[in-house]
Amino acid sequence: MEALGLDVLLNGTNALRLLGGLWVSVQVALISVLLSLPLGMLFGVFMTWKNPVAKVISRLYLEIVRIMPQLVLLFVVFFGATRVFGINISAELASIIVFTFWGTGEMGDLVRGALTSIPRHQYESAEALGLSKPQIYLQVIIPQAMRQLIPTSVNLITRMIKTTSLVMMIGVVEVMKVGQQIIEANRMVSPNAVFGIYGTILFLYFIVCWPLSMLASYLEKRWAVA
Amino acid sequence: MSEPTNANTAAFEPLLRIEHLRKVYGEHVVLDDISLEVAQGEVIVIIGPSGCGKSTFLRCINALEPIQGGTILLDGQPVSAEAKNIAQIRQKVGMVFQSYDLFPHKTVLENIILAPMKAQKRKREECVAEAEKLLERVGLLDKKDAFPRQLSGGQKQRVAIVRALAMHPEVMLFDEVTAALDPEMVREVLDVILDLAEQGKTMLIVTHEMSFARAVADRVLFFDEGVIMESGAPEEFFSHPRTERAQRFLRTFTFDAVKHHAPTSDEPAPLFDD
Repeated sequence: MEALGLDVLLNGTNALRLLGGLWVSVQVALISVLLSLPLGMLFGVFMTWKNPVAKVISRLYLEIVRIMPQLVLLFVVFFGATRVFGINISAELASIIVFTFWGTGEMGDLVRGALTSIPRHQYESAEALGLSKPQIYLQVIIPQAMRQLIPTSVNLITRMIKTTSLVMMIGVVEVMKVGQQIIEANRMVSPNAVFGIYGTILFLYFIVCWPLSMLASYLEKRWAVA
Repeated sequence: MSEPTNANTAAFEPLLRIEHLRKVYGEHVVLDDISLEVAQGEVIVIIGPSGCGKSTFLRCINALEPIQGGTILLDGQPVSAEAKNIAQIRQKVGMVFQSYDLFPHKTVLENIILAPMKAQKRKREECVAEAEKLLERVGLLDKKDAFPRQLSGGQKQRVAIVRALAMHPEVMLFDEVTAALDPEMVREVLDVILDLAEQGKTMLIVTHEMSFARAVADRVLFFDEGVIMESGAPEEFFSHPRTERAQRFLRTFTFDAVKHHAPTSDEPAPLFDD
């Protein structure tokens, strides 16, 4: 235990504190995901519009999301917003804004991909049967798009969870930050804690993300459409 | 095949009346001033070289293509992509496509009952009963719980026909429905259409199967470059095509004639010289 630095976990409430930190990470991720999914769906439909203005906006948004490192976005929103607009937002809120901004863009692109991958003939044969526009979407297009979308969006969700490890850089006391605090506090008595604690955090992330990964590959297999 | 059906006994108003239909893609005129009346129970076969506008013509009748001029009246009601009640009008027109286009996430039965239940709000049991009856007629009742990916091309196409029929359309449109099929599957699909003709279904059929066209048609339309070049009874058209274009088109289907005749001056030069 001591060689691996795991003993520190049992000191005081360290283990609980770590779990509390994990809960903060998961909260930031969960709220962002819950906001990103519906917004991303809307944005995805918007991305399929043929209107040139809509195209430019979609393109610009997606490029910004893709090109900007998440850390830079976090700094811009957290530090920049305070300076320029004089609004004081908490680090948690800044994180949620950035993650939702990112998640909506990426989710939108997934939705766009799923929608456009459905052959035009599917729309036409549904139209030819006399189904109305809402019926076509509800019965024919969305169910098929969902099959494609679920595995890829579960993947996006795990990426969002992992990336929450960055939010400690703007002062959110999430699992990484708590880990760091524990390590610092025990530096003299158990220097190996650096391995034990970070190793534990690795394991915690794994516990959260792995079931999602499994779910994605299960759905991918089950819904493989010939 | 019954006698050429009631083309002559048509009521005063034809089921489908198309007047001066015009369809343009940019500069290109696809259909130019097409007029046609289709009587109840009439079977019309449309043939012509590819790109002559025959598929586009069918798609216009179902308002899948916006038109730039003329009118299409089905049962006296205008068919247009902009019409508010277009979904209702389309229910009267069944269409079957070359690529079947079954819904891959639904079983055969679900494919068939979807539109009757959702668009016509009919009861599920009633729709299922009818779907099963129709499937039996095309010999596919045992496939009702299969998914489209488990069917052969010919089977998919027969399901697609049943799916369109389940809506009780007044007119059926067939757009080269055997063009994507392996030769041995063509027959099973054409037999279903012949069966429908015998029951007096009004149909417009675009096809490249000439012997089928001859057997099923009350009237043959020969399309070329966006106009109806020739129109007449199948016996007449296939044995004595009037226009030079139609003659040349029909010649492309008769290989024997090409082989056994000495080439005459108006025939193209042989492709291979050795």
